[in-house]
Amino acid sequence: MSLVNKEEPLTLDTFVRGVWRENPVFVTLLGMCPTLAVTNSATNAISMGLATVFVLLCSNVLVSMLRKVIPKQVRIAAYIVLIASFVTVVDYAIQAISLEVYEALGAFIQLIVVNCIILGRAEAYASRQTVLNTVVNSVGTGVGFTLALLCLGVVREVLGAGTLFGMRVMPDQFQPWVLMLLPAGGFFVLAGWLLLFDWLNQRRERRALEAQGVTVHGQ
Amino acid sequence: MANESLGFIFLNALLINNFVLAMFLGICPFLGVSAKKDTALNMGIATTFVMFVSSMCAYALNWVLVTLGIEFLRLISYIVVIASAVQLVEMIIKKYSPALFRALGIYLPLITTNCAVLGIAVFQTAKSYDLAQSAVYSVGAGAGFTLALMLMAGLREKLALAEVPSVARGAGMTLMLAGLLSLAFMGFAGLGGGGD
Amino acid sequence: MSAEAPVQAPVHAVPFLPMIRTLGLVSLICGFAVTLAYQWTKPFVEENQRITTERAVRAVLPQAAVQKAFVLGADGVAPATGDSPAEDTVFVGYDDAGRIVGIAARGAARGYADLVHLMYAYDPACQCINAVRVTKMNETPGLGDTVLKDPDFKRNFEALDARVNAEGTALANRIVTVKHGTKREAWQIDAISGSTVTSKAMGRALDQSAQRLVPRMQRHLAELARGGR
Repeated sequence: MSLVNKEEPLTLDTFVRGVWRENPVFVTLLGMCPTLAVTNSATNAISMGLATVFVLLCSNVLVSMLRKVIPKQVRIAAYIVLIASFVTVVDYAIQAISLEVYEALGAFIQLIVVNCIILGRAEAYASRQTVLNTVVNSVGTGVGFTLALLCLGVVREVLGAGTLFGMRVMPDQFQPWVLMLLPAGGFFVLAGWLLLFDWLNQRRERRALEAQGVTVHGQ
Repeated sequence: MANESLGFIFLNALLINNFVLAMFLGICPFLGVSAKKDTALNMGIATTFVMFVSSMCAYALNWVLVTLGIEFLRLISYIVVIASAVQLVEMIIKKYSPALFRALGIYLPLITTNCAVLGIAVFQTAKSYDLAQSAVYSVGAGAGFTLALMLMAGLREKLALAEVPSVARGAGMTLMLAGLLSLAFMGFAGLGGGGD
Repeated sequence: MSAEAPVQAPVHAVPFLPMIRTLGLVSLICGFAVTLAYQWTKPFVEENQRITTERAVRAVLPQAAVQKAFVLGADGVAPATGDSPAEDTVFVGYDDAGRIVGIAARGAARGYADLVHLMYAYDPACQCINAVRVTKMNETPGLGDTVLKDPDFKRNFEALDARVNAEGTALANRIVTVKHGTKREAWQIDAISGSTVTSKAMGRALDQSAQRLVPRMQRHLAELARGGR
């Protein structure tokens, strides 16, 4: 009745995978909504990243602990309820810690529930692997997600407001590119990062092929 | 607080604060399903229907939660309602239009994790909309979502025949187009006189 | 429990009891976590909200040494409690001697993206609004948020006329936002060109709140002033 099959050993790759090779935002293109919405400042980016890591970790650990007990037919419903509960917990926690951050993140805290990353990890990994593996993998994925958010948040804040984490970093003569703080800016910056990573990937593949003696024509 | 006219709410959700291009909700299907106009339209309609059903259920549910004083269960109950609504819509589509069901494929159950659907429920509660306003809001948001999807599908179909650098093909280009669309939609600011 | 052999369970037999038991267990864990979090964070959240409101009141009533919250209902004055309706709550500022220095109240109206919330201070001596502070807004950066920084716009709120009409039921003149450069009267707000929507939102927020609360403030002024003792 359970989904337990090949349980893999715990390696460094379990962690690093979530950060680089299978980065949720840049590689698997999941969790786009918060990535675009709350990255208009680096502080918001980090707050959202940490909140998501918390939910990812707690819910996946529970999924992993209960993986032999949850029947296959109702697993998605069970995962969703678990995730929703931890999002509610995080919602109250953020309210208690800092009202400014809470209002800056707004509805997107509650929308962590439908962040495909969490459900995706639960279904693909946590329901099949041991608790320890799940902890490491979830933290890795969460860190990858937070780094992706920071990539956007830092660029958008520095160019759009001239500050970083609220501290002025650009010279006074710098006219901020307000576009960066607008929704359109979010799209453009994310597109920029994806282009960069795609280009790096392609270059690497081309080099690998050329090393094997295969010439690559055109693109 | 909720003294906005129905017409304004609809216009707002459709154009001024378009769910996809201004509020960043529903981006995953926006990137995934917008390659062809037909699929985009079908997805948009299915999502609008789910939004409407979820909105109505969420309204009723919220009334119950507030009466019983257990608002902290709001998020959990909303998401369960949405998951059920999606199941319901899936069954209806499967029964009445198997072709559509096959066309949508995996994307149908994915409507559950579409932030736009949960977004409707959360926003209408936050803005204290009454029943009529919630209904109009959800339909307007669904229409806005469909509009954005169709625009993107139209653009991508045209661009599929153009020479695009290989690094940009796929998500990169779609996002840049989305950025341009978002800028264009900002022109709708102030439409309807700013409400009230 | 069955062994972990890869044999599929028979298609028709979805075990009912284990399913219910699992869902029950999951719900129990979730309910417990959520309730615990809610109860534990409630005092912190309320404290945060209180601090934020106090800070906003102090921003519009800088000369006040003491703040007291009252509910200005249609029928009378009462000290504010946790459940008081937000739109009727006012914050009266008193100086060291217990004299009233101003009354702060909240207003909100829809701007471009969402509601614009503000706190304003009414000075009974000049019968005008002499300070306004935006407490929450989500307007377009670079456009709508210029209302926070533009010094000319801020000058609108140094003595915004809020006299009550002869019957004491409403303001004598509606507070209204007019096109940039066309301000003639003390109860008008000169909009920032380029942020008309947000400027108008602020005007509407002030008007809606003031029309409701300022007549009541005037009517119960003596009582509110006594509250300082």
